[in-house]
Amino acid sequence: MLTVMLFLSQLLNGLLDGFYYLLIALGLSMIFSLGGIVNLAHGAFFAIGAYAAFVLTPYIGFFGALIMGPLLVAALGMLVERGLFTRFYRIDPIYSLLLTFGLAMIIEQALRWYFGASPKAYSMPDILRGQVFVADFIYSRYRIFLIGVAVAAVGALWLLLNRTAFGRIVRAGIQNPEILGTLGISLRPYLSAVAAIAIGLAGLAGVLLAPLYPVHPSMGAEVVTAAFVVVVIGGLGSFWGVVWSALLVGVVKGTMIGLGLSSYSMLAIYLLMFVVLLLRPRGLMGERITRFE
Amino acid sequence: MTEKCLNRRQLLAGSTVVLGTLAAPAILRAQSSPILLGHLTPRTGFLGPMGEYAVMAAELAVEQINAEGGVLGRQIELIKEDSINPQTATSKAERMIERDQVAAILGEISSASAQTIGQVTNRLDRIFINTGANSDFLRGEGCQRTMFHTEAQNVMYVNAEGQYFLEQGLVKGKKWYMLSADYAFGHDLRKGALAFTEREGAEVVGDDLVPTDAADFSSYLLSIRAANPDLVVLNLAGTQQSSFFKQFGEFGFDYTLGGFDYNTILAWAAGVDNFRGTWPCVWTHQVQTDGSQQFATQFTEKYGKPPENQAYSDFVAMKIIAKAIAEVGGTKTEDLVTYFESEEAEFDILKSRPGRFDPATHQLLQEVYAVTAVKPSEAKNEWDIFTTSGPLPAAEKPLTELTKGSVGGECTFG
Repeated sequence: MLTVMLFLSQLLNGLLDGFYYLLIALGLSMIFSLGGIVNLAHGAFFAIGAYAAFVLTPYIGFFGALIMGPLLVAALGMLVERGLFTRFYRIDPIYSLLLTFGLAMIIEQALRWYFGASPKAYSMPDILRGQVFVADFIYSRYRIFLIGVAVAAVGALWLLLNRTAFGRIVRAGIQNPEILGTLGISLRPYLSAVAAIAIGLAGLAGVLLAPLYPVHPSMGAEVVTAAFVVVVIGGLGSFWGVVWSALLVGVVKGTMIGLGLSSYSMLAIYLLMFVVLLLRPRGLMGERITRFE
Repeated sequence: MTEKCLNRRQLLAGSTVVLGTLAAPAILRAQSSPILLGHLTPRTGFLGPMGEYAVMAAELAVEQINAEGGVLGRQIELIKEDSINPQTATSKAERMIERDQVAAILGEISSASAQTIGQVTNRLDRIFINTGANSDFLRGEGCQRTMFHTEAQNVMYVNAEGQYFLEQGLVKGKKWYMLSADYAFGHDLRKGALAFTEREGAEVVGDDLVPTDAADFSSYLLSIRAANPDLVVLNLAGTQQSSFFKQFGEFGFDYTLGGFDYNTILAWAAGVDNFRGTWPCVWTHQVQTDGSQQFATQFTEKYGKPPENQAYSDFVAMKIIAKAIAEVGGTKTEDLVTYFESEEAEFDILKSRPGRFDPATHQLLQEVYAVTAVKPSEAKNEWDIFTTSGPLPAAEKPLTELTKGSVGGECTFG
């Protein structure tokens, strides 16, 4: 009985893990879908979010940092989009790959130069420490809070993309930016806004995970790989594809750990990606985007 | 007109003067040119934060040596590289020796990388002083004739910490849950820890290998809760220790926590709210000897923060190689190996007792310490979030007490 409960706990834990991946993966997918840029610097913005929490918390507290941190990272994302991304939308994607790779290195080294290589001590507020019991299942109070914030952020994003004029233009821009041009709608401000939202989500993930992981300059590189796997499995351009993929990756990870095969959990995720790419090269729910075909 | 012919003796003497004059700049250059030393250690990745301290301490040591006139009248110059992983470490070690002609290589933290560097330096006939890799294997079957170790080996930590667990009644008949890093260092430490539990009668109720890229420990914490152990033992490396401390605190568990490896920087990263347990350590800035306090002060003045165990090991290694070169009058590898293995090679390693290398394994025999977390309300500042015990083993016991029971196999220098 205990073993079954533990397996179910691990399964559910894995499912909940999917929510962390989701915050980062959604942003990656959005930037690629609209601008065709594979943002290898996405993990670096996640790290900036964590450092923002470290710097802001002594002044405005954890909850203040939770609001201000992502906003500052989003503003930085907008500057990067205006200053850098905008020059790379219409040329070979390999150049934007090189650009964002370089940007990731510059951000990481800048963090190392300013804050030092040593991890920074950062703790969660006492009110969020401890466990929540539901029958025999226990879970960390902080993670439940984290998932609540993630669900709220993803829900708000879905509403923005599917229930507003802004969202309609963005979705049309993903499929065919030329048509928007003929209608006299400039995509440029929307590209900036999408970059700000996507990078702001990475910043939000950074603030939320700073109390759980060591805050250090290369922390972004540690999460970005899993996020890329989620995007590839889910399929580019599909909001729900990324959501289901993040949860699926979490479940696979949880199942492996529940079966006592924790050493092989990442291998199982990569195998899943391999199988999906073989059977559905566009990902599970990837949309056909004419200009990328 | 008298013709004066040079006889053979005059010709020989004249030639010597001419050749000497021509060669003089080269000879002078050789005598005044710096002694090059390679410093190779991970500066990125999960061991990177410790590597940064290693570099800072090595630079401080070189600065001090050079300020005192250098070695044999020559300044020391460091060539520093990020070793990254075993493959890169191998190629960088080869380049340092073959292209840069370094006299010796110091550094490294990863046991896997230290093993490959040790093979390269042995093949290319250079000294390698390992300052951060703990694996017993490197002092056993994987030992190399030209490789020496200032970092304490796993068995030293197991014996020191095991003694503490025994004193606390945490061994005989008690349930242990163990997490070990899934690479050479963790495998080795796990093996030593399992041998200890078998010898002393502890029951292992959980024994997980943790991939080095794992950062989320929630699944392990759920398994720990299900097993309800008396002691949670960590054999983790690098930033994983901080992640575990943070997430252990997040879940609000109160299991007794300890382990056989510890890095001060990771306790600082976890913060006073999350760090707990008792851990073995090769050195902390709280060690109460004049040498240690002087080093801690000098480091803090230069870098604005106290040194930790990795900084200590690299600082001491740099002083040791400088002393050895001065003693043997050069950088010839064979002379240095002979010197290190000799009885007279004793080094001031800033502890109560001097250190010397065990000629059978090339491990620096030295004292270690037990570090115990303090309550948040008792922490004096962000650095003193623990207390440091007196030296282990106690003064009446020989230093070789700590190296008994190594699980690395026999060293033959074959």
